[in-house]
Amino acid sequence: MSRSNFLIGLFKTIALLICAAFVLGPIIATVLGGFKSTGDLRVNPLGLPKVWETQFYLDLIVDPAFWRYMGNSLVISLSAVVLTLIVAAAAAYVFAQIRFFGSRFLLSYLLLGLVFPFATAILPLFITVRDLGLLDTYWAVILPQAAFGLSLAILLFKTFFDQLPKELFEAAYVEGCGYIRFFWRFTLPLSTPILATVGVFVFVQSWNNFLLPLIVLNSREVFTWPLGMMQFRGEYLTEWNRTLAFISLTLIPAIVFFLAAQRYIVAGLTGGAVKG
Amino acid sequence: MTLSEPSVPRRRPRRHGKMTATLLMLPPALILFSLFVIGPLLMAGYYSFFHWNGYGTPQDFVGVHNYERAFHHSIFWVSVRNTVVLLLVSIFIQMPIALALALAIYRKTPSNALFRLVFFLPFILAEIAAGLIWSFVFDGNTGLVAGITHALGIDPVFILSNRDFAFYAICLVVVWKYFGFHMMIYIAALQAVPSELIEAARIEGAKRWAVIRHVQIPHIRPAIVVSGFFAVIGSLQLFDVVIPLTNGGPSNQTHTIVSYLYTFGLTRLNIGYGSAVGVILFIAAVIVAVAYQWHLNRESAK
Repeated sequence: MSRSNFLIGLFKTIALLICAAFVLGPIIATVLGGFKSTGDLRVNPLGLPKVWETQFYLDLIVDPAFWRYMGNSLVISLSAVVLTLIVAAAAAYVFAQIRFFGSRFLLSYLLLGLVFPFATAILPLFITVRDLGLLDTYWAVILPQAAFGLSLAILLFKTFFDQLPKELFEAAYVEGCGYIRFFWRFTLPLSTPILATVGVFVFVQSWNNFLLPLIVLNSREVFTWPLGMMQFRGEYLTEWNRTLAFISLTLIPAIVFFLAAQRYIVAGLTGGAVKG
Repeated sequence: MTLSEPSVPRRRPRRHGKMTATLLMLPPALILFSLFVIGPLLMAGYYSFFHWNGYGTPQDFVGVHNYERAFHHSIFWVSVRNTVVLLLVSIFIQMPIALALALAIYRKTPSNALFRLVFFLPFILAEIAAGLIWSFVFDGNTGLVAGITHALGIDPVFILSNRDFAFYAICLVVVWKYFGFHMMIYIAALQAVPSELIEAARIEGAKRWAVIRHVQIPHIRPAIVVSGFFAVIGSLQLFDVVIPLTNGGPSNQTHTIVSYLYTFGLTRLNIGYGSAVGVILFIAAVIVAVAYQWHLNRESAK
């Protein structure tokens, strides 16, 4: 270990610690801020609370509106996941298993969604949802969310299904197992890794989505948590501590979920990206 | 399944099974996708030629007037300029930082794993939460910036109300939120570089920097291109972060294309106008995608 190596190592560690402070500082200040009185927050935003005020967190934990926002988001996200997985897997299965006239064309059509941002068609989407009478319902978020998740899901599923051994299907077919039964009995159970990866991504996207619910949900009864949080911020403009407590409480499920699903998130992200 | 009579496999009519499966399993995806993705997209193209508030059917055909209006609206150009600034920051500041960090911590050690987790943390937060956290940080009265100016004994700074600097503050938040994502892509690619290559270079006397420059970076080029593509697409659609931070203000100076579309299209119920902006955004996205595809094709042809 030479002197210069030691210096490089030292420099590297210091740089990493500075970056970590930059990343964690705002988050820690947020969590601590939820414990501070308004006066304390004003004069002492950086340090530990002078008195640990648990009131703002407790107020939220017993607030039915808070739990309703969370519950709405959970129902919507889970439904979007289930719908995306079933619909996309079924379609991908057809493309992987069955040759028919026009299949290449239809596949390209369904993959068009990979190209353009969700926001481009947001106004006509609002009109469509309104004309279907779905405004202010869960479906207003679930259906477009699932539809926009389809392209990537179909692409990933088809790639995966193509790699499953073909002999398996031949054997099952000879035994009298039809296409649809094979799909339920064999293809889906064999595809749990890719189902989990796609499921995790659709869930996170739906859970964090702001623009779509903002446009199609008006009633606080059906608000998802990002809308609820913005609403809450508007109500307590001068009391940052309340909003900070709200944010902190929503960080918990995000972090827990990430730690639980880390494997799939990182695999999906890097696997997909590295293979291009 | 009947295993008792293997010699006489029950042969279903092959075509029939295929037809049923295709007709049952494909339409849900086609319907859902057509109704909520392609349909609205085509409608955006159609509506963009009308002056329409969203009620009844569009009747007031105005030709390309909505497009002309956008091209003559100074705020639209502000949003375009902001989007370009964001794109440049993402590519020339965020990606190099992410790459440097990836090179520093790509090896599998416990402390590196911890740093990786920390740097990735902002990416897993909702954009709206990130925006709110930073609007607290930047708050000149009670935020972190207030604490710093207070400690230094200088006047409070309200960067988010400053016409000239507010958008750079937004860019900082975007870097904070997404550099970990790019870093993870690079780390995965760096871990896939065969260690023999690096060893061989070292043995031939290559310095650390030379190894990075001539072995590692060329090797992870595809990953860099992918992350660049994500950076561009992400910049084009940034919205959630802007709303809690500035809501497009002060005096509409911090709009991105999507927040512009939302503010001037939907909240004022100019569906035709908003659709025209959507179409412009769509064309930009298509250009990016085509350029990316063209690049990939050229790479693979080499």
